[in-house]
Amino acid sequence: MDDAKQVEAFEAKIASGQKIEPKDWMPEAYRKQLIRMMSQHAHSEIVGMLPEGNWITRAPNLRRKAILLAKVQDEAGHGLYLYSATETLGIDRTELLSQLHTGKAKYSSIFNYPTLTWADIGAIGWLVDGAAIMNQTALARGSYGPYCRAMVRICKEESFHNRQGYEIMMHLAQGTPEQKALAQDALNRWWWPSIMMLGPSDDQSPNSDQLMRWKVKMESNDAIRQRFIDRTVPQADFIGLTIPDKDMKLDEKTGSYTHGPINWDEFFDVIKGNGPCNAKRLKARVDADKEGAWVREAAAAYAAKQSKQKQVA
Amino acid sequence: MTDSQWPVWEVFVQANPGISHKHVGNVHAVDAEMAIQNARDVYTRRSEGISIWVVPANAISASSPEDQGAFFEPSNDKPYRHPTFYKIPEGVKYL
Repeated sequence: MDDAKQVEAFEAKIASGQKIEPKDWMPEAYRKQLIRMMSQHAHSEIVGMLPEGNWITRAPNLRRKAILLAKVQDEAGHGLYLYSATETLGIDRTELLSQLHTGKAKYSSIFNYPTLTWADIGAIGWLVDGAAIMNQTALARGSYGPYCRAMVRICKEESFHNRQGYEIMMHLAQGTPEQKALAQDALNRWWWPSIMMLGPSDDQSPNSDQLMRWKVKMESNDAIRQRFIDRTVPQADFIGLTIPDKDMKLDEKTGSYTHGPINWDEFFDVIKGNGPCNAKRLKARVDADKEGAWVREAAAAYAAKQSKQKQVA
Repeated sequence: MTDSQWPVWEVFVQANPGISHKHVGNVHAVDAEMAIQNARDVYTRRSEGISIWVVPANAISASSPEDQGAFFEPSNDKPYRHPTFYKIPEGVKYL
């Protein structure tokens, strides 16, 4: 079969709703785009452990601490599911991690913001994980089998993250005036980065047509963003917090909220590496990799010794 | 020493007694013991399993997607292997 015919068969398969599996033929551009997207997603999971890990030792009580530990452990697990799904495309994890550590690969812009107070942990679960779920439930309907299966698993677990975050915000909002102010301050700082993390607006997001046809992308960034906003604003209202957007209005006809202008300069600046924590996050990853090297070496040496002893016996 | 990412082990989890182990994903590990521990942490954090199998990924042989049609063809033209192929008059019981 020549290339054009293979592409035709590939696209027909996707159009009929079938999944593409690792050993199936796929266009090089599809493979490349998926590796880029999935590894970026995997990196976001493990870099995402850092801002939250910052509060594990300072969680306000044992219940919150146990929950936060479990959540951060989940993020590590999500990273592993995604690295393993990415490896099915013929690239190995060592290579992917080295792309992260050398700055060649990106991760979500949102994790370059600092977690200044305990309320930020609530805001991350509620807003950041909430936005991620919007994106990921769409991706779970995509065309690449291993990615979809990872997404289904991840979405199930994220729903706990989302609810525990909202619960933290709710308790603070119902607490003392100082506690409520903490919650409002966290919402003020995380709202815009959260709606930006769903990606540039549609007029600035190139080559979406082919990605949509290949079901690498399922919905436009703006569509997902709108759904996230429409679901989140009433949740804020319910606990008496205010979305920091004076232009936000409910359009009675559509039932959707219109929002004020998004500061895309800030978004692209953070992506470029100029966010408040970019350097810190990358350094933490590189240090963890270096400092953990002896553990990996010891495990490999132990396994080699065991297998030698087995051969002798 | 350069870092190694270790061999891949495919992971199968049995969710409840009496049902088959099901493929759930894979892990990297130096040996089987570590693979089982990693698999527990990665795939059964919410009581998803009561038993785990790990198999070195390179020990698995698979049928090839290109041959799918021809390979599975022999069973496609034998509908008489299914009970619904046979028409039984109404009123006949226990068939």
